[in-house]
Amino acid sequence: MQTYDIVIIGGGPAGLAAAISARKTGVESILVLERDKELGGILNQCIHNGFGLHTFKEELTGPEYAYRFVEQVLAENIEYRLNTMVMDISSDRVVTAMSKEDGMYQIKAGAIILAMGCRERPRGALNIPGYRPAGIFSAGTAQRLVNIEGYLPGRQVVILGSGDIGLIMARRMTLEGAEVKVVAELMPYSGGLKRNIVQCLDDFGIPLKLSHTVVDIEGKDHISAVTIAAVDDRGKPIPGTEERYSCDTLLLSCGLIPENELSRTAGVEMNPVTSGPIVNESLETNIPGIFACGNVLHVHDLVDYVSEEAGRAGNAAAKFVMGQLPADKGKPVEIKACDGARYTVPSTIDIDRMDDKMTLRFRVGAVYKDSYVSVYFDDERVMHNKKRIMAPGEMEQVILLKDKLVAKPHLKTITVKIEAQ
Amino acid sequence: MEKRELTCIGCPMGCQITVELEDGQVLSVAGNTCGIGDKYARNEVTHPERTVTSTAIVVGGQGPRASVKTKGNVPKDKIADVMKEIDGLVLDAPVKIGDIVIKDVCGTGVDVVVTRNISKE
Repeated sequence: MQTYDIVIIGGGPAGLAAAISARKTGVESILVLERDKELGGILNQCIHNGFGLHTFKEELTGPEYAYRFVEQVLAENIEYRLNTMVMDISSDRVVTAMSKEDGMYQIKAGAIILAMGCRERPRGALNIPGYRPAGIFSAGTAQRLVNIEGYLPGRQVVILGSGDIGLIMARRMTLEGAEVKVVAELMPYSGGLKRNIVQCLDDFGIPLKLSHTVVDIEGKDHISAVTIAAVDDRGKPIPGTEERYSCDTLLLSCGLIPENELSRTAGVEMNPVTSGPIVNESLETNIPGIFACGNVLHVHDLVDYVSEEAGRAGNAAAKFVMGQLPADKGKPVEIKACDGARYTVPSTIDIDRMDDKMTLRFRVGAVYKDSYVSVYFDDERVMHNKKRIMAPGEMEQVILLKDKLVAKPHLKTITVKIEAQ
Repeated sequence: MEKRELTCIGCPMGCQITVELEDGQVLSVAGNTCGIGDKYARNEVTHPERTVTSTAIVVGGQGPRASVKTKGNVPKDKIADVMKEIDGLVLDAPVKIGDIVIKDVCGTGVDVVVTRNISKE
């Protein structure tokens, strides 16, 4: 069996940043496994700009951002294998992989970093009534067709869901000559970033209909029309509000799901809110030596945050294999999200193992205006930050300082919540 | 005095910015958290600009398309013209990030550059 100190599953932005960070921390033997024919992951098809402002202080497109990391991987001589599919991970860190050239083989890893990313919620998971004709694509599939393959999926487009990829594709297809008739969003708020609503919809006069959904799809062989209707506060279509749009394309941008089949078979414990692993301050799962980062851990809006998070996972995994990560004493401080905060990453902190400061990321469950992000150490409020606006589509963060935590030796629970005052 | 509420598109933070205007002159900018927001708000109310990103045909490459962008912002009302220029491009592989494929596109003073490496077949 082959052996490596660190095996990283996925060569997208998370996997690449984790690999570079692990190398910089001092680990020589690193292997990145990527199922696609090139490194960079989904960024290669995200040709729009806006990436890298936090990381590189300049505005890059997706492929440019990815290449900054690919260059570092090449410069550091980090080993990677393309066209390689990981089939299984065991709890004792044996990775089973396969490729056309090498067939099926196993690798024993000192540590594993999960960086498989996420995938789009498909039509089958959405319960849309109507026929099942051709012409219905997930927004990311359409993005690949347009930006990588050079095909326009259609000319008259309706988009269901206001996730970022759907918004980006509304603009992209408009620029390529298609007519995007409407974006319908089931929720009363958009699932995407505000900036994307402004520059992808408002700029082109594309209407966004909140609290609306698709109630019918017409067309036997190819889609010919969809009907959308307003929904009530429980998401039920309101009779009499139906509007029919003739179209040849329906794009779905209805959420992303972390791709954790491998994590589950390894016995990694999952958080039902994020659909990603439950991790501690070192981004380590319940299985010692298996770490997670990027969209497989929780879906991000900003790749800059993915890179930063993955860097932490790479650093922690490196310390783990070098024996520098203090042993888990099994009595961590729990982090609880409540009153509007839906989850936090990480979920626990072992103070001995944490860095001098740690970023705690979370999402809110609804739109909050002029509200406060509060952090409690047990019953004592230690942070109270005013935010002009918070929305479920935008990840929030607070920074915890080790000094503050060390000063509270009996601390049991850290609570993150949203308060009106 | 006129008040305009904007959402900054300078980065994904999407700051809510309030601009106060009088006779087309910007009096104040508030709500931004960095200099990019200030600049964006002043531009947006006087002469809005965008970066255009698209793809160009590549012949003889490992992929059929290379992504491209305007190296800086171009006036919003020039976007359609810029797209037309980009659609007319046919590039020969290899191309690499930063290659200038249109100089001074549509008289904007801004170049169109490649944003993805496409090696020879």
